[in-house]
Amino acid sequence: MRVGEPAAGTAVWDGGRVRAEFPMLARALRGNPLVYLDSAATALKPQLMVDAVSEYYRHVSANVARGVHTPSQEATERFEDVRAAAARFLGATPGETVFTGGTTASLNLVAQTIGRQRLGKGGGEILVSELEHHSNLVPWQLVAQATNATIRAIPIDSSGDLDLDWLARNRSGQTRVVAVCHVSNVLGTVNPVRRIADLAHEVGAVCVVDGAQGAPHLPVDVVALGCDFYTVSVHKLFGPTGLGLLYGRRALLEAMPPWQGGGGMIGSVSIERSTYAPPPARFEAGTPPIGEVYGLGAVLEYLGAWDWEALGRFEAGLVERARSELAAMSGVTVFGAPQERVGVVTFAVDGVHPHDVGTALDAGGVCVRAGHHCAQPLMAKLGVPATVRASFGPYSIEEDVAALVAGVRRAQKVFGQ
Amino acid sequence: MSDLDDLYQTLILDHNRAPRNFRQIGSPSGHAEGRNPLCGDTFDVWVSVADGVVTDVAFLGQGCAISKASASMMTTIIKGKPVEEVQHLFERFRRMVTGRAPADEGDKSAARKSLGCLSAFAGVAAFPIRVKCATLAWHALMKAVDEGAERAKGSVTKHAL
Repeated sequence: MRVGEPAAGTAVWDGGRVRAEFPMLARALRGNPLVYLDSAATALKPQLMVDAVSEYYRHVSANVARGVHTPSQEATERFEDVRAAAARFLGATPGETVFTGGTTASLNLVAQTIGRQRLGKGGGEILVSELEHHSNLVPWQLVAQATNATIRAIPIDSSGDLDLDWLARNRSGQTRVVAVCHVSNVLGTVNPVRRIADLAHEVGAVCVVDGAQGAPHLPVDVVALGCDFYTVSVHKLFGPTGLGLLYGRRALLEAMPPWQGGGGMIGSVSIERSTYAPPPARFEAGTPPIGEVYGLGAVLEYLGAWDWEALGRFEAGLVERARSELAAMSGVTVFGAPQERVGVVTFAVDGVHPHDVGTALDAGGVCVRAGHHCAQPLMAKLGVPATVRASFGPYSIEEDVAALVAGVRRAQKVFGQ
Repeated sequence: MSDLDDLYQTLILDHNRAPRNFRQIGSPSGHAEGRNPLCGDTFDVWVSVADGVVTDVAFLGQGCAISKASASMMTTIIKGKPVEEVQHLFERFRRMVTGRAPADEGDKSAARKSLGCLSAFAGVAAFPIRVKCATLAWHALMKAVDEGAERAKGSVTKHAL
């Protein structure tokens, strides 16, 4: 069952209890209570995550996989325990779960290793989509330039759904990589990853999924999704910045060369050459973000206790309420009507630039994202330079929607619209 | 909400709605593009300088109300001014929108008076993220002026050859 779909379940999400665990929500903004509608940029953090990071720096503060002393052993054990928990979260095995610096780092890693391997010396093709964030676009451009490959984008239809017939018609034996997001960071479109992965595999291509906006809203099961790679942005999942998860199918990871070289990723080293550690260590050169991994560990335990179905129903209700109330306002355009949408509502206000809407909302304590959302090709497709995006999380409440709508009205009034 | 009313003064809203000198100059002495990669705002600024004085200045592009009104008011205020004075004006403007004390005058209100209509942007200081919007066209103007000076130097050298 996907979170976000109307479900038969009746459990109600206890937003009030969750809110008490996120200290940022106690903060005021310009004399107003904080209304945080920018979770798609970065999620708020629960106190227990902050405590776990702090605990590492106060009481452990040791490197991993390097020391014989007790704190180092403690850190190494916890580090690998969190990896195992992260693997369970993804439906993968620990050997398939790589810690990276974030989704951008994960996608660059995949592009520069298996991307280069598969694209070889030229003639290959990479298929992305018009929904992609720059982080699932620019790494492919870099590897395309190096391998003389071509890049084409799966178009979206007028609703903001991917045109999979286009993909079925346009994939070929030259297609080496199909790279798409799980969820669009602008339109909230949930892509049918299983179908896309099947279409990719039928022509021998690898399927890479940018899960930055998926994992915070949808249960992830990489086996059911059928993709070869899946990325998680830990800071969008209520964890610390500077940490990402990369799932890679075991057989592929084992055949991939390292991306970055350094300590921790080797078998043995001489002056001229080295042998490399097996995955996941092969892809974790240097001291990893250990404190951040401690934070992730606390978050994963916390998320494990959530009723994700109840949360999904609640979030879907809020998103739909925001969408319908904004769409009912004169002079407001809501973008996209995908078959399945999670997490975000993106809109524009006639005669008021998105940044000015953003500032008007900020003046009333409401945090939204205004701009191109690192998705300039999608902005071009929508025919706008920028938009305003409100994004929701487990701590969002109906009052947030009311504050958003009131703030948009205020912006219209200031600009005489 | 007073921060918001301070920021979006009537004069700013007016220049946003009906930007002045919103056109291209045929053969300018200098041209530059101002782009904020964070938000995608883009303005082209053209300037004509003769004997060290700005004789014409114009702009085209897209951006938020603050960046567009700032570009528009900049064009109205600098025309006919010596380049050196324009540079000083920009420095004073920048100090105001970043909330710093004026460099030469101790008194903020006196400094604002010397900025004329540009003092409408004083409210930007309460929104630090918008400083780049207010200064985008000014930075492009400075680049255009420099480019024009470089080009003039180049043509002098060519003549000498």
